[in-house]
Amino acid sequence: MARHPHSGKVAIVGAAHTDQIGKLPGHSRLMLHAEAARNALADAGLTLKDVDGIFSAVATPNEISEYLNVTPRYVDGTSVGGCSYILMVQHAVAAIMGGYCDVALILHGESGRSWIDMESQGTPQGPGGQFEDPFGTVGAASTYALPVLRHFHDYGTTKYQMSHIPAATREWALLNPMAMMRSKGPITPQDVMASRPVCYPLNLLDCCLVCDGGGALVVTSAERAKDLRQRPVYVHGTGEATAHRSVGMMRDFTTSDSTVISGQQAFAFADMQPSDIDHLMLYDAFSPTPMYFLEDLGFVPKGEVGPWLEDTSKTPDGKIIYRTGPGGDLPMNTNGGGLSFGHSGRYGMFAMLEAVFQLRGTAGARQVDNVNTSLVHGPGRQFAAAATLILGRD
Amino acid sequence: MIEGYTGKLPVPTPGTQPFWDGTQAGKLVLPRCGDCGGWTYYPRPFCMHCFSWNVTWTRASGHGTLHTFAINHLPAKGFEDVGKPVIAVVELEEGPRMITNLMIEGEPDPDAIPLDAPVEVTFRAVTPGITLPWFRLVRGGR
Ligand SMILES: [Zn+2]
Repeated sequence: MARHPHSGKVAIVGAAHTDQIGKLPGHSRLMLHAEAARNALADAGLTLKDVDGIFSAVATPNEISEYLNVTPRYVDGTSVGGCSYILMVQHAVAAIMGGYCDVALILHGESGRSWIDMESQGTPQGPGGQFEDPFGTVGAASTYALPVLRHFHDYGTTKYQMSHIPAATREWALLNPMAMMRSKGPITPQDVMASRPVCYPLNLLDCCLVCDGGGALVVTSAERAKDLRQRPVYVHGTGEATAHRSVGMMRDFTTSDSTVISGQQAFAFADMQPSDIDHLMLYDAFSPTPMYFLEDLGFVPKGEVGPWLEDTSKTPDGKIIYRTGPGGDLPMNTNGGGLSFGHSGRYGMFAMLEAVFQLRGTAGARQVDNVNTSLVHGPGRQFAAAATLILGRD
Repeated sequence: MIEGYTGKLPVPTPGTQPFWDGTQAGKLVLPRCGDCGGWTYYPRPFCMHCFSWNVTWTRASGHGTLHTFAINHLPAKGFEDVGKPVIAVVELEEGPRMITNLMIEGEPDPDAIPLDAPVEVTFRAVTPGITLPWFRLVRGGR
């Protein structure tokens, strides 16, 4: 099967976080967007005047055009949860290849912790308000916890096995100066299981770190990218899907249908398969999230992720090497992830930024050797929507 | 009903009012398709399986199995009288699955709540206008 004609024809040429992530009580939601845009454009060596496409989710394109005082000729405000920005890269590829815009700015800002100028979603009249909220769900932890016991039951996966995800991710955070947990030291799977219960079967260390922050990407044609200052990161494959809104509507509580569909699309678009991928960013809102994605994207056979995670090795001096951690065979969530880097609410942007830095070779102490391809995948809400991106150096 | 109930309350819409009228009357009433025979939850004015609009509000048996669950340790309003919410997905014997709560005596022990165990509906009147459909384990099966 041949790759899609648009595969490799569009590139990410600018990528940056806000100056800081964490607790930023001096920054509103819109200020975070503007700071992310400024930093990504500076990274690309472009200005706001070069941008003719605006893609944003936490703020609407109306708000962004007004706040930044621009009049883009192409806008996209697709809002399907944390993966929205990953899915916008696919939309940017289509818009750029279709001639609807030349320079796309995909921007994220979220006052997830300080909650400045943020609004809550849903009404008590909606399907969530009537058929989910009255049953004691409190935030994403309680809804993300719901499918997990079904995976445990059907496949024999254990909480101890799942606890390897946050332990491995913490190892990466210790190498990232921007990660919120960089100075907190390593954690073991036993530490995860001993941390405070939040919503069984999830404990505190299974949950992402809520923070304020933002980030942005500048995307343009591979042709134009040649003349810009950064080494381009090419978009090889993209895919997206949405299956439902509430976690209660999963067809199968052991698999994310949207993940399967978006992953198949992205691999077909790029004419690649999992064995072609060097580096993974699998959005980790909670420990089970990347656990499901490793299976549903085809990196680990269905039902086998538990033993796979538990299959660690040791360095000569006795330090544990996790499969997905530093030194492991499938480096994943190398920024420290939503679990140990930070999670503003729609973390998909942060996952893509890390993939870009790894592919540029600028990830510092956490740089993985020989990264030629990276796959970014994220969910929208709780396994409801999904988007997949395959990026490459060449 | 529960005096001074603090939990989140559904606000019925015209399309869902018969469901909430049903729970108030101690019945689980769902749209059933006149074409494919399928049942729909949450309630919609059409069949979720075949998109037929030939649906009739029909009483379900109230029996099903526990598909999966979670135990919320975070403070949740409206559960002061029962303890930690056991948030459950129940698969009704008519087919659809619903998010609900499992009524458990005392502190919930996850090891004593087996998946696929038979459950039956029970109605928890929380305000004069709203009764929530909860489920409980059927001891000894059916
Ligand atoms: Zn039907």
